[in-house]
Amino acid sequence: MSPQLQTISDFIKNSSGISDAEKESLLKTIKEADKNLSMIQFKLERIEKDRNTLSVMLQESIEDLQKKSLVIEDANKALTQTLEELKATQAQLIQSEKMASLGELTAGIAHEIQNPLNFVNNFSEVSNELLDEMTEQLEKGNTNEAKAIANEVKMSLEKINLHGKRADGIVKSMLQHSRTSNNKKEPTDINVLADEYLRLAYHGLRAKDKSFNAALKTDYDENIGLIKIISQDIGRVILNLITNAFYAVMEKKKLHPVGYEPTVTVSTKKIDNKVIVEVKDNGTGISQKAIDKIFQPFFTTKPTGQGTGLGLSLSYDIVTKGHGGEIKVETKEGESTGFSVILPV
Amino acid sequence: MKILVVDDEKDVQVLFEQRFRKEIRNKEMEFAFAYSGEDALKYLNDLSHEAVLILSDINMPGMSGLELLRHIKEKHKLPPPMVMMITAYGDAENYNTAMKLGADDFLTKPLEFSLLKEKLKAIH
Repeated sequence: MSPQLQTISDFIKNSSGISDAEKESLLKTIKEADKNLSMIQFKLERIEKDRNTLSVMLQESIEDLQKKSLVIEDANKALTQTLEELKATQAQLIQSEKMASLGELTAGIAHEIQNPLNFVNNFSEVSNELLDEMTEQLEKGNTNEAKAIANEVKMSLEKINLHGKRADGIVKSMLQHSRTSNNKKEPTDINVLADEYLRLAYHGLRAKDKSFNAALKTDYDENIGLIKIISQDIGRVILNLITNAFYAVMEKKKLHPVGYEPTVTVSTKKIDNKVIVEVKDNGTGISQKAIDKIFQPFFTTKPTGQGTGLGLSLSYDIVTKGHGGEIKVETKEGESTGFSVILPV
Repeated sequence: MKILVVDDEKDVQVLFEQRFRKEIRNKEMEFAFAYSGEDALKYLNDLSHEAVLILSDINMPGMSGLELLRHIKEKHKLPPPMVMMITAYGDAENYNTAMKLGADDFLTKPLEFSLLKEKLKAIH
């Protein structure tokens, strides 16, 4: 019994003013109080023990967490480095995709430059001949005839200038195509851009596969005017869609050599504050299995080595992230595919 | 002699008219122009007896020069008009196909107009 309670008990036992019955009752209560006290003491000791154990465990946990934190920090560093490497690789991939599409264009570009050059050469030779003739007529005193020839020379020179500029434009756009994008939106005639890439893609393909031919249909909305876009990026998107369209009709032609007329249609239109560029073909279409994956990087249905699987995924990024637009696709397997690029203006 | 020139490059017309201005003026030669294989066939169907010589580019969108050649040589009244093919790609494949389809001559771009003139005058 605790000494204090013992003192109280002794005091009660020796007290004379209390009856024996009362003494017994009081002493019993004190005993019970003492029992309770020791119980509480026991519990307290147990709690104390638990606390100590917990404290040790907590210390261990803290040490453990500190160790783990270090490991995470290291992992984070490694991840950051990997991310940087990935970004660099992505940039390289974009560049090689550009160069690959430029490669596909080379033959088309050569053809497209050859034609204007032929005109430049021919019209300059003609001008020379005309001037000889003009001198002849002047010597004879036929002023009117000489004037008529002078007009012909003028027309020839205009043609030389026109075709010189045409070749110049092609070289410029080729250089632009391979250059890294400066991400600057500039006023662009989307119809000219689309037509340029349609011709380049077509002649590029023709040069590679001479048996190939397709009807090209165009329907340009002349009311679009200039729109602000990153022209080389959108040019790349259009080129990609056109190249895919040609591929689809070529594949279908292989399956149906007779009676099938490959047709690729490029059209533009302005609806409210949106400009829509549509590239349609009557080729193989896209299977249900492939349709969900076509915008994923590295997905391609072309045989190994023929497609990078980056064309549509890059196009998607250019249109959505770069221009806040959308790419939509409608296709019927075995019949047709139409891609629409919707750009806000 | 009427000659039908088929090429998708529209300035070919101005070029031919200047290159052959003397012949045109002297009425030795007369030129008509079509800008696609389809246009050329339409012209030939409407005025079948007129052109005696066709000068066609091979590489054109839609109906190619070789298809046009096949149409002319297969379906045209006897005797079919002469057809000279012109191409930027003077490769064996094009050449063989053109010859198999009955082309009368095969010229490569850039055209040597003096040579072409000699050839045309020889026919004339």
